[in-house]
Amino acid sequence: MADELITPDELLSKIDHRPSGTGWMDTPVEIRKGMYCYAANPKSVETLGLPNAHAWNPVDEDWKLPENWQQIISEGFRERLGKFRSFKVFMDICVRCGACADKCHFFIGTGDPKNMPVLRAELLRSVYRNDFTKVGKILGRLAGARPMTIDVLKEWWYYLFQCTECRRCSVFCPYGIDTAEITIMGRELLNLLGLNIDWIATPVSNCYKTGNHLGIQPHAFKDMLDFFVDDIEEITGVQVQPAYMEKNADILFITPSGDVFADPGTYTCMGYLILFHYLREKYGLKVTWSTYASEGGNFGFFTSHETMKRLNSKMYAEAKRLGVKWILGGECGHMWRVITQYMDTMNGPADFLEEPVNPITGTKFENAKSTKMVHIAEFTADLIKHGKLDLDPSRNDNKILTFHDSCNPSRGMGMLDEPRYVLQNVARNFYEMPANTIREQTFCCGSGSGLNAGENMELRMAGGFPRANAVKYVHEKFGVNMVACVCAIDRAALPASMSYWVPEVEVTGLHELVANALILPGEKERETDLRGEPLPGMEE
Amino acid sequence: MNKNYMVSLIAVIVLFLIAYVGAAQGTGLQMVFGIIFPYLAILLFIVGFVRKVMGWARSPVPFQITTTCGQQKSMPWIKQAKIDNPSCTGGVVARMALEIFCLRSLFRNTRMKLKSGPHLTYQLEIFLWVAALAFHYAFFAVVVRHLRFFTEPIPCFVTLIENLDSFMRAEVIYDAIQVGVPGIYMSGLILLAAVTYLFLRRIFLPQVRYISQAADYFPLFLIMGIALSGIFMRYFSKVDVVSIKELIMGLVTFQPTIPEGISALFFAHLFLVCVLLMYFPNSKLMHFGGIFLSPTRNMAGNTREVRHVNPWNYPVKVHTYEEYEDDFRDKMIEAGLPVTKMPEEQA
Repeated sequence: MADELITPDELLSKIDHRPSGTGWMDTPVEIRKGMYCYAANPKSVETLGLPNAHAWNPVDEDWKLPENWQQIISEGFRERLGKFRSFKVFMDICVRCGACADKCHFFIGTGDPKNMPVLRAELLRSVYRNDFTKVGKILGRLAGARPMTIDVLKEWWYYLFQCTECRRCSVFCPYGIDTAEITIMGRELLNLLGLNIDWIATPVSNCYKTGNHLGIQPHAFKDMLDFFVDDIEEITGVQVQPAYMEKNADILFITPSGDVFADPGTYTCMGYLILFHYLREKYGLKVTWSTYASEGGNFGFFTSHETMKRLNSKMYAEAKRLGVKWILGGECGHMWRVITQYMDTMNGPADFLEEPVNPITGTKFENAKSTKMVHIAEFTADLIKHGKLDLDPSRNDNKILTFHDSCNPSRGMGMLDEPRYVLQNVARNFYEMPANTIREQTFCCGSGSGLNAGENMELRMAGGFPRANAVKYVHEKFGVNMVACVCAIDRAALPASMSYWVPEVEVTGLHELVANALILPGEKERETDLRGEPLPGMEE
Repeated sequence: MNKNYMVSLIAVIVLFLIAYVGAAQGTGLQMVFGIIFPYLAILLFIVGFVRKVMGWARSPVPFQITTTCGQQKSMPWIKQAKIDNPSCTGGVVARMALEIFCLRSLFRNTRMKLKSGPHLTYQLEIFLWVAALAFHYAFFAVVVRHLRFFTEPIPCFVTLIENLDSFMRAEVIYDAIQVGVPGIYMSGLILLAAVTYLFLRRIFLPQVRYISQAADYFPLFLIMGIALSGIFMRYFSKVDVVSIKELIMGLVTFQPTIPEGISALFFAHLFLVCVLLMYFPNSKLMHFGGIFLSPTRNMAGNTREVRHVNPWNYPVKVHTYEEYEDDFRDKMIEAGLPVTKMPEEQA
């Protein structure tokens, strides 16, 4: 796929942010190669018993829909209007002021007017007006209404899978209209017809059956962690011993399986192992992993609320079974939106767990006292604040860092300063990107919400452009050579986007940096970092 | 050129003419435009508005989907953004007040530009915020000023607003020719200017032009028509204010009457207001009600601290640990992973 990808200059030359020509309702959708993801494998859709599993191809004329598909959509629409006030209000109150238009990374990177959040929402609103409002029924097009047709359905599918549910637009909307919410509803409706993409459906199926998106079976999961154990021993001279499904451990640790599987997330995973070993040796803290709950991420969130709940249930179920005190979560983006804004509501109350307290520092995590799950950046920040970690930040001196806020921890949680505090204590060269591109205004990596496939690489590079461009700015100004992040999708997606737009910049997780700096009891003199690159002063 | 705004413009002109020409025909049609439509419009506005809001309120809020626009409440040594990411009711109230009275989110607005390099820039774009704020406050002042026609005696806050509104009196400058001419109200002029700006940006900004529908132009033209006819009546044509007040007090006291000598322009002005009221609940103008119910803004960002309850939460089919262990028991044992049940042959 990569060899067919257009060059950055070609991609840029195609962008025109001044839409013109035929009105959007009169511009039929063109499902273009490089911009869409392959259709869901029907077997994956069947695993969870989701409706209308069938083989189909987005570029075919015939999507092999059930005969009454319009009725299914219309009834599904009505049901969701009745169940979600957000959906109902957001269908009615947009004034089309256009403040959101140039806030979307996909619009910035493609110039496609239907990637303006307002129009993405109008794709659904137009049908809503036609089916559910009097004015729309009477005035039709004049009131911005149009009937649901197969072309409209295809347009929904194409553009709802060009939204990463990053919620940047909702920060700027004067009514807080959240396009992610509209995309979530739209994707739920598409799923009623079996129209998911495979990059979502298959991880969901895997996660349901094997406990993680990648379908890593329990013994293989342990094998992979064992590889890291060997690597860590080689680098530090210390053999760490991860615990698996240890009954009555203090803490259950859950992180995205992507970090177990692919670089550079693997180094972050090694970081966790090193930190937990340190805490066990030094303070007797027992942290356990689970192969059953071996996925922090939740692609069910990109399928339907119900699927999200089904996958998420494992976290509490496993914590209860093992009898741990509370749950610690690894670095991940949408995982933390699910945990923060959905988990307790869906699968709680977690009354079998204790209100989380860091036994080493005595800190009560008041902000997590009901959900009983703490983010590892909060946890590590607390340890560092209380001087509980023995750190040598100079070991990260050859890394000139910037920090990429991930969409969901920023706009669905507000975890902004904790990772920065950790970062600045484990490394010494840190520069912020421009203010309009970080914190709550951060840009998506371009591949979130299940769009991290190979076949839609042009879309991903276009969507990743604003983020990469801000990295390029600090790269040129301060010599930044590494982007730190707290998201597994970022670690999987940003390397591609960086090598496309800013080839000199690498990507790291926060806890890779922590582990580089963390001095383990009894370790040998380290010569390399976790990647096997020489430490500063050890280059010869 | 642009069908969307031409249709809306023509619609407003036709509506104006219907009332203007109609009211000139005599008392019969004046009753229609002066009594029947006002009552009908108020009724439809109230019923429509309440039904819409009740409709929204009937749908539950299953999840607490706050858009967090700042640092969360975390450990005590990390400074929380208490308004942009509130964790208690006070913070939410402050956030909502800033949204409603200051259009806080719109204040963040930037304009993106792609320059050579490639270099993306984001500049503060404050004009939409200024115009929106000017529009809403001017509209509010105009409505309050008009309470003078609906009340006897006139409440002091109406007089106060009038005085504030007209503090730049034209007679200070043109003393000699000001005899009998009322002071200039800023609100009317600001309203007209702001509406004109909001219209022009829909015409001239390519992105906004592309997303604009007839339903976006119609209320702008309608409000322009109302403002223009109002300004014309006040400053240029001689309308019989005493008779107009008599008509309106008649409506307010449910003893409707059509006094002599009211110009057709007034009936056209009134009719456009009636159209606006009737149109309101069925249109995007309902953002006035919706902003209060927007779940991303009116809820705290404290979902990990306080459990939010979903009224329709239902049990779902899950893949339990026991099923999982059944699937993988042998492999788990072989890998040295703990299991809860041993295989039958060993048991």
